[in-house]
Amino acid sequence: MSGTTDRAHLVRLSIRRGRIETRGSFTDPMELFGSVMMIGIFLVVLFFQRGGEVEGTGVDTAAASLPGVIGMMVVFTGVLSTAAALSLDREDGTLLRAKALPGGMAVYLGGKIVFMVVLIGATVLLLLVPGMLLYDGTAAGVARGWPVLLGVLLLGIAATVPLGAALGSLFENPRLVNGVGMFPVMGLTAISGVFYPVTALPEWVQAIAQVFPIYWMALGMRAALLPDAMLAVEVGESWRTLETVGVLGAWAVLGMVLAPVLLRRMARRVSGAKVEAARQKAMQRV
Amino acid sequence: MAVIGEEAGGTPAVRGPDGPAVVEVSGLRMRYGSKDVLNGVDFRIDRGEVLTLLGPNGAGKTTIIEILEGFRARSAGEVRVLGADPISGGEAWRARIGVVLQSWRDHSKWRVRDLLELFAGHYAPYSSPERPRPRDVDELLELVGLTEHAGAKLGSLSGGQRRRVDVAVGIVGRPELLFLDEPTAGFDPQARRDFHDLVHALADEEDTTILLTTHDLDEAEKLADRILMLADGRIVADGSPEALARELGSDAEVRWRVGGERFVHSTPDGTGFVRGLFEQHGEDVTDLEVRRAGLEEVYMDLVRRYESGGPAAGAEEEAR
Repeated sequence: MSGTTDRAHLVRLSIRRGRIETRGSFTDPMELFGSVMMIGIFLVVLFFQRGGEVEGTGVDTAAASLPGVIGMMVVFTGVLSTAAALSLDREDGTLLRAKALPGGMAVYLGGKIVFMVVLIGATVLLLLVPGMLLYDGTAAGVARGWPVLLGVLLLGIAATVPLGAALGSLFENPRLVNGVGMFPVMGLTAISGVFYPVTALPEWVQAIAQVFPIYWMALGMRAALLPDAMLAVEVGESWRTLETVGVLGAWAVLGMVLAPVLLRRMARRVSGAKVEAARQKAMQRV
Repeated sequence: MAVIGEEAGGTPAVRGPDGPAVVEVSGLRMRYGSKDVLNGVDFRIDRGEVLTLLGPNGAGKTTIIEILEGFRARSAGEVRVLGADPISGGEAWRARIGVVLQSWRDHSKWRVRDLLELFAGHYAPYSSPERPRPRDVDELLELVGLTEHAGAKLGSLSGGQRRRVDVAVGIVGRPELLFLDEPTAGFDPQARRDFHDLVHALADEEDTTILLTTHDLDEAEKLADRILMLADGRIVADGSPEALARELGSDAEVRWRVGGERFVHSTPDGTGFVRGLFEQHGEDVTDLEVRRAGLEEVYMDLVRRYESGGPAAGAEEEAR
């Protein structure tokens, strides 16, 4: 068996695994509700903002906010959902099963990437399609900026999913991921110019926000979907495309360097005894 | 040395104690912090053998099996499984091994058939004429009794049905060596019997080498060609169930009646004692009963001896 057919076989299995995982997740009422609820809340909040106009630009308020929300949701899903999924799979024995199969770890990870890409894609569509129908100007923005949107989206996936995998491999307890992980993400969202212009904040706060992916994902989505009339409230009155690619690219590289190391470390530590211990603990909690 | 044929690779396939062992362990030690869980374990498993690791909880059974599976790094000692060190076994090595895991709630949204078909796919590149891999999923479902539940999600199965899935996952790649850690926990009597039949079939028809752990003596006696008793991180007995009961078994207990009076006598040689009894009393002997301690008494005795911290150094040689 040559290396290439081997790799091709693993890729095929990964896609199959991702497909099965996606179907299982999308047909599970609880999980579906959890994913859709947050998206629904944002759409409704924006719906009540629509009709207003961002001062001196002629851009609908809802349409102006939507790209930032999309960027934020990409980071949420890419980092937090990936981390939570990995941590959960380690606890419940999914990873151990993968470890017991030839090529199991590669296919597990490949399948997880496929699933996360589909999940993020679905999240973006669930925000974008209703947005095009409900908010004035979004449809025009998509028609004009879809190639940029696609590029930013791919960059965002690359910047967040490996990072989420790396973080998830650090958490032994999946409940901690959402508990502990939520606070910094929420805090960063508040200062990243998602709901109001980042230029309204003190400069040192702006500086912090500009280290992390949320700000740049939100900016990238605005660059794709909003007209240049909106530049007045951006830092340096520019979409800063190069910087966006630079910072998100740097996070992607960081994630892709860290993830394999941390994942290997995690995989080494997975054992039946650990899964059994987690089960005992979980049973005490119930 | 009994040579039974040549494998495709040209290396002679050898069976019996002189051939290459499927599993070979010597001086195996495992230490967590300052606690020694295994203190120098030695044993080997030959091809086609069904070996049971028997011992009380905490004796180190799961630790041994996880080291052999390559899931856990050992502290010291030599371990060879199918000719490789399990910690660096690689994917081709992994494909020759089956592991029946204790499942909990993993893959709960997956359908049984989807899971088995995907897992089967992992073994396809490792097929060979003498061991076609993977097993056909329909046959596998039939074999473990899950045909009716093929379309059910794992999360909706009963505990016993989930264990059947675990067994199916363990054998989908037609392994040469199968590890089973507490395989029948949660099985009802019928499922247990089906499982025992399956283990016999795997060993007899496919020449699968099987290592299983249990603390159920009855199961160990039913399944094992050979039993290793583990206590306090050491192997304290090694032999066939019959040999263990015979050699480790304490004295036979003889009860009889002569002229309305009851007698009880313990002796290592029950048969000889009874012969003497008849020579002496002839037809006056009535209600004769000779009972040899079963494996259960031997096991309980060992467990007690180790738990009370007393040495049982003699047991190792005796059992050999």
